[in-house]
Amino acid sequence: MSDLLAIEHLSVRLPPGADRSHALSDVSLTLAANEILCVVGESGSGKSVLANTVMRLLPPGVRPDGGAVLFRGRDLVGASEAEMRRLRGAKIGMIFQEPMTALNPLRRAGDQIAETFRIHTKLGARAIRDKTLALLDEVRMPDPAAALRAYPHELSGGQRQRVMIAMALALEPALLIADEPTTALDVTTQGRILALIREIQARRGMGVLFITHDFGVVAEIADRVAVMQAGRLVEEGPAEAVLDRPQAPYTRALIGAVPPLLPRAPRPGTEAAPILTVAGVSKTYRKGGGLLAGLLPGRARVTHAVRDVSLSLPRGTTLGIVGESGSGKSTLARCIVRLLDPETGTIRLGDTDLASLSRRAMRAEARRVQMVFQDPFASLNPRRRAGELVAQGPMLHGVSRADAMAKARELFGLVGLDPAAMDRLPHEFSGGQRQRIGLARALALEPELLVADEPVSALDVSVQAQVLALLDRLRDRLGLSMLFITHDLRVAGQICDRIAVMKDGQVVEAGPTAEVFSAPQAAYTRALLDAVPGRAWIPGRPEMPVV
Amino acid sequence: MAALRRYARNPAALLGAALLLLVIAVALTAPLLFPKDPLGLAGRPLQWPFANPKVWLGTDASGRDIAAQVFHGARVSLLIGLVATVIAIAIGIAVGAVAGFYGGIVDDVLMRITEAFQTLPNFLLLLVLVAVFGSDITTVTVAIGLVSWPAPARLTRAEFLTLRNREFVQACRVLGMGDARIIAREILPNALPPVIVYASVVMAVAILLESALAFLNLSDPNVASWGNLIGAGRGVLRTQWYVSAIPGVAILVTVLAVSLVGQGLNDALNPRLRGPAPVKAASGAAA
Repeated sequence: MSDLLAIEHLSVRLPPGADRSHALSDVSLTLAANEILCVVGESGSGKSVLANTVMRLLPPGVRPDGGAVLFRGRDLVGASEAEMRRLRGAKIGMIFQEPMTALNPLRRAGDQIAETFRIHTKLGARAIRDKTLALLDEVRMPDPAAALRAYPHELSGGQRQRVMIAMALALEPALLIADEPTTALDVTTQGRILALIREIQARRGMGVLFITHDFGVVAEIADRVAVMQAGRLVEEGPAEAVLDRPQAPYTRALIGAVPPLLPRAPRPGTEAAPILTVAGVSKTYRKGGGLLAGLLPGRARVTHAVRDVSLSLPRGTTLGIVGESGSGKSTLARCIVRLLDPETGTIRLGDTDLASLSRRAMRAEARRVQMVFQDPFASLNPRRRAGELVAQGPMLHGVSRADAMAKARELFGLVGLDPAAMDRLPHEFSGGQRQRIGLARALALEPELLVADEPVSALDVSVQAQVLALLDRLRDRLGLSMLFITHDLRVAGQICDRIAVMKDGQVVEAGPTAEVFSAPQAAYTRALLDAVPGRAWIPGRPEMPVV
Repeated sequence: MAALRRYARNPAALLGAALLLLVIAVALTAPLLFPKDPLGLAGRPLQWPFANPKVWLGTDASGRDIAAQVFHGARVSLLIGLVATVIAIAIGIAVGAVAGFYGGIVDDVLMRITEAFQTLPNFLLLLVLVAVFGSDITTVTVAIGLVSWPAPARLTRAEFLTLRNREFVQACRVLGMGDARIIAREILPNALPPVIVYASVVMAVAILLESALAFLNLSDPNVASWGNLIGAGRGVLRTQWYVSAIPGVAILVTVLAVSLVGQGLNDALNPRLRGPAPVKAASGAAA
């Protein structure tokens, strides 16, 4: 079988001043018709540049300076812009990561799909409409006729991604490039979209170049796998071979860092008395209205973000709160640290009801409950030095500057950062290091309870493993109790003693991790567990990276 | 400082800085070069420039030295520009910060007030203020500041709206930090760069507003401002045009200098807007 796409010794140059001279160096890959090739790597590995080079959609200043991209034997690197326009959409389709920004918000979904036909064919309006409907049907859109007339904001994330796929498939391209198409989606939606891509690929015999950072997705969908690191190809081969018998040390380390979908071994002492008891907490959001909202009741839209949630966290353990976006898990976390004020219910930390405290009283109690945030880039003030960020908390609570800085120095060592780096600004640290600064900041007040809101979801998998291990170690060493918010069941299984599953603002199931994983009671928990990509694949663990 | 280096690489911004330094130098040397009262009689009225070496830029219709008025006028214009800008930016930041940080009813009320100011043409409002409170130089300066704050207020509010929900602000609240401290110490430094850039616009407009007032004989007649000189030349505009043209050029140079410096600051402080687009090496897990 001849190759549909052959990338030969491709190098892509970055503009001067970038962190390395080449985004891609000497990459060679082939893709046959009727197969799915997954290109997998961590952030900065050059995998997206690879996809964009094939499409010739590189930002200004970034261009290939060696090698060839042969599509059916025709070199795309040297092709004219007019020729590329004829190929894009017609012969090569592309799906992007973020389905909201990739669709024009002002035009109806059907119109945007029809656009492809209007550009590349001479079909009449009626024929285009029929074809668009058929496509929406093929991507399993519920009620295709309604979706035709819907604007992007009226569709859910998964539905938008289906529209994107329909657009990419409109002219039956021989090659489909998918750049992280499911990364922005919830896990159950992700499962359905992956199944859809697989199904359409098999039916049409397309070649698919699938870019991802997630080994679970690779295990789910790939025929062959190419692993990239810092612009170079480190390993390539059939999916089972790479996943189960990785050769390159880098691949082995990456796969070793993927948490298996297994509950952690039960620890002793997880039946201690509760340190945190949440009872009947509700929080609603009101939207719209403005100045007149008070005068015109009933105009505002009300969303029940958290509905009558009750939970308890035994001292010295980790409770995971697992749910998809919109399940209310982050709202609940913010209610517990009183970034939000719950409308009803009690939040007992020891003997204190945090929910009933005034803002002023809560400020005084702040040192007992601290939070680690999701985004390592947004959660540190870009204009404060790292040491100051950590010392800020104790200084607010009356510790002298010298003592607070000494404490910060100690904490830097504790979370595995060089105390010499205390004078640097946040942008001089990597994502994992910033997350460690955020952790040190939270620990500086010596809290009893640590609330971690998706603390590893923005991190690469190898860094994620290190941060999880650090959290686990610190909990034992400092006698912390931890509330761990996550959407990722693999991560939850890795670190949580108990799990509570949330859906639409309510807890649908709670129990020890092992029980929830092995005998889920709620239908929704079962659906979540089933949707985890690559659930059947248990990553081999050659050695854990030393933390 | 990376921002300073970026500024130094921008030729237009350097030109602006040079012109501004020139105007400042003119203002500083005025009492040395022209120690006498610039509004005093210097010679025969309406002498053309370069005709008499004693009054090398000529004299106006009342026989006052134009060069002396231009040099002393630089002091007045810069001072009015600076003080009015400080007033406008201070009110603007205070209103914008409170509105943006608290949102809700506070924001609604403050923004309706701001809009009330914005819907009036600010020159008309300035005329009303000067008509009511008189036209000595202090009143004029304060009045210019009072009509110029809505735009900086809106800008500050917009910055606060995007920054107040950032996780680093939430982190400060979780640490137990009070609102005033969060506004002043955590959010404001991050919100300031665009406001500082906008201050140059406010300053240029303030200088123009004072000149416009003076042209209408509504500014303080007892100070040698460029606007007063232009106003004085109005009557002889067709024959002795230089009386109005010379201070006009001075205003042009000053406003141009301030604008170029502002634009240069903007490019230096917000480097992403210029030059090649930032390279997105890969999305991956960072997304």
